[in-house]
Amino acid sequence: MKRAELWVGGALVATVVAMALLSFVWTPFDPTAVGSGTRLAAPGWPHLLGTDHMGIDTFSRILAGARSALYVGIIAVGIAALVGVPLGLATAWLPRWASEIVMRGIDVAYAFPALLLAILLAGVFGGSTETAMIAIGVATIPAFIRVTRAGALSVLSADYVLAARASGTPVPAIAARHVLPNVAHLIGVQASVSFAMAILAEAALSYLGLGTPPTVPSWGRMLGDAQTYLVSHPLQAVWPGLAIAAAVLGFNMVGDGLRDFLDPKLREVA
Amino acid sequence: MLARLGIFVASLLAASLVIFVITQALPGDVAAAILGFGATPEQLAAKRAELGTDRPFLIQYADWIGGVLHGDFGRSWYSDIPVATLIAPRLEVTSSLVLLGLALALVIALPLGAVAALERRQWQGFTTSALAQFGMAIPAFWAGILLVFVFAVTLRWFPANGYSPLARGLGPWASHLVLPVVALGAVQGAVLIRYVRSAFLEVLGEDYYRTARSIGWTRWRALARHGVRNAALSLVTVLGLQLATVIVGAIVIERVFVLPGLGSLLLDMVGRHDLIVVRGVVLLLVFVVLLINAAVDISYALIDPRLRTSGRA
Repeated sequence: MKRAELWVGGALVATVVAMALLSFVWTPFDPTAVGSGTRLAAPGWPHLLGTDHMGIDTFSRILAGARSALYVGIIAVGIAALVGVPLGLATAWLPRWASEIVMRGIDVAYAFPALLLAILLAGVFGGSTETAMIAIGVATIPAFIRVTRAGALSVLSADYVLAARASGTPVPAIAARHVLPNVAHLIGVQASVSFAMAILAEAALSYLGLGTPPTVPSWGRMLGDAQTYLVSHPLQAVWPGLAIAAAVLGFNMVGDGLRDFLDPKLREVA
Repeated sequence: MLARLGIFVASLLAASLVIFVITQALPGDVAAAILGFGATPEQLAAKRAELGTDRPFLIQYADWIGGVLHGDFGRSWYSDIPVATLIAPRLEVTSSLVLLGLALALVIALPLGAVAALERRQWQGFTTSALAQFGMAIPAFWAGILLVFVFAVTLRWFPANGYSPLARGLGPWASHLVLPVVALGAVQGAVLIRYVRSAFLEVLGEDYYRTARSIGWTRWRALARHGVRNAALSLVTVLGLQLATVIVGAIVIERVFVLPGLGSLLLDMVGRHDLIVVRGVVLLLVFVVLLINAAVDISYALIDPRLRTSGRA
C-alpha cells in the first residue's frame, strides 16, 4: 500500500515535470500570445480546455504553468536546503545554551509563514517571482534546520561517530562522512513536502497578484483571472486548480512514500 | 511561567525588529515616493522630517515600538489616518474567520482522525487518510472559488462576497461567513486529520487504553474517555503551530470573498507601498501567533502537571 503511494505520487510528479519540459519545445498554441484565439471559447477542438479572457489557449497555459510552479519550488527548496541543512548540522554540535537560542529563533521564524513573509517583501520590493521564491525559501529554512538537527543528534551518539571522534577525525569530516549520509533520507522527505508547500504558496501569491508577473503563465494567476468570469465560464476556474492539486498531491505522496519506504520506524508519525 | 513570559517578550522584540528592518529596506526615498516627481528639495526635507525618516535607524525603531506599546501604530503615509483606526474595524472580520475556521477544522479532524486511527487497517481508515491527503492538496482559495460557484452563483444559498457585522444581526453575519469559513476550515481540517490520527495512535498503544478495553469498554468509549485528554497535549501544540497557517490562509480567503478584514487591508496597503500600515498589520498578526504559542506552552503545565517543573520537552 505504502509503495503504491510512492508510485502514484511519483507518477503525478513525473507528469508535472513532463508537462514543464514539453512546454519548452511544444505547446498546442503560444501560451503568451494575447488574442490568438476566440475569447473565452468553450472546451473542444482545437482548444481542448477552452481559452481564457485574453483568447489564450488554456491547455497551453496549463502546460507552461508547470514551469513556474517547478521553478519556484526548485529555487525555494534549494535555498532552504542549502542554508538549513548546514545550519542544522552545526547546531547539533552547539552547547545546550547556544542551541536553545537557535531553537527559540526558529520559534520566532515560525510566526512568519512563507506567505506572510512574501507579502511583507512584496510591500517593500514589489511582487515578483524572485521575491516569492526568496520568501518561500527563507521561510522554509527552519523546517530543514529542525529536521537535520533532530536526525544529526540521534546519529551523533552512534558508535561509529564516537569512534571517528576518538580517532581525531575533524568535526566537518564527521558531519560530511558520517552524519549527512545518515540523515539524507530525512532531508529528502522534507524536500518533497516543502516542494508541495512551495507550489501552494506560489499559487496563492500569483493569485493575489504578488508572484509571477501577468505575462508569464502561472496556475495561481489563471485562477485569479478565471474568478472574474466565474459566472459565465466556470470551467476556466477548474483546470488550473486541478493542476495545482495534482502537483501538490504528487509531492506530498512522494514525501510520505519516501518516509515509509526509507524508515519503517517513522511509519506512524504524521 | 516567568521564564516563558521572558521568552515571549524577547521573541516579540526580535520579530518586531525583523519586520522593521524589512520595511525599512525600501529602495529609494519614501518622501519622494509619496510626493511624486514634482517635489522641491525643501518639500522633500519637510516630508522626511514629518515622517521621521531623516533620523537614525535605531531612533526610528525605538520611536515606532514605543508608540506601539501605547497603541499608536503611526499614521498612514498616504491617507494620514492613524493605523490603529484602520485596523480596529477589521479585527472582527478576521477574528471571526480565523476562530470559526479553526473550530470547523477541529470538528472535522477529531472524529475523522479517530476513525483513521481506530480503523487504520480497514477501508474506513484508509478512505479517511486518503481523503486527508486529497484535502491537503487543495488550495483553500480554489476551494473558495468553487464554493462560490456552487453555493452562491448556482444555488444562491449564500452571498458570494462581502461581510455583515455581527452588530447588524446574527443571520446576515453567519450567512456571509459560511462559505469563507468552510473554504478555510475544511482544508485546514484535512491537514489536522493526520495529526489527530497519530496522536490517537499513540494512545492506542498505552497501558491505560488496554486496561479500559480489557474491562469491557468499547474502543470508542475508551478513546473518548482516555484518548482525547491524553492526545490533547500534542493537539494543542499542533493547533498553536497551525495558527500561523490559518491566519495566512485567512488573508487569501478574505481576498476571494472580498471580506474587509486585516488581510484585505494588508494587501491593499502592500499595493500602495504604505509600509507603515503594512508594518503595523504584520506586527499584529505575528504578535497573535507568538502570544498563542506562549499560551500553548503555559497550558502544558495545566494539562499535564508532570511538566510543571521539567519545562518543555
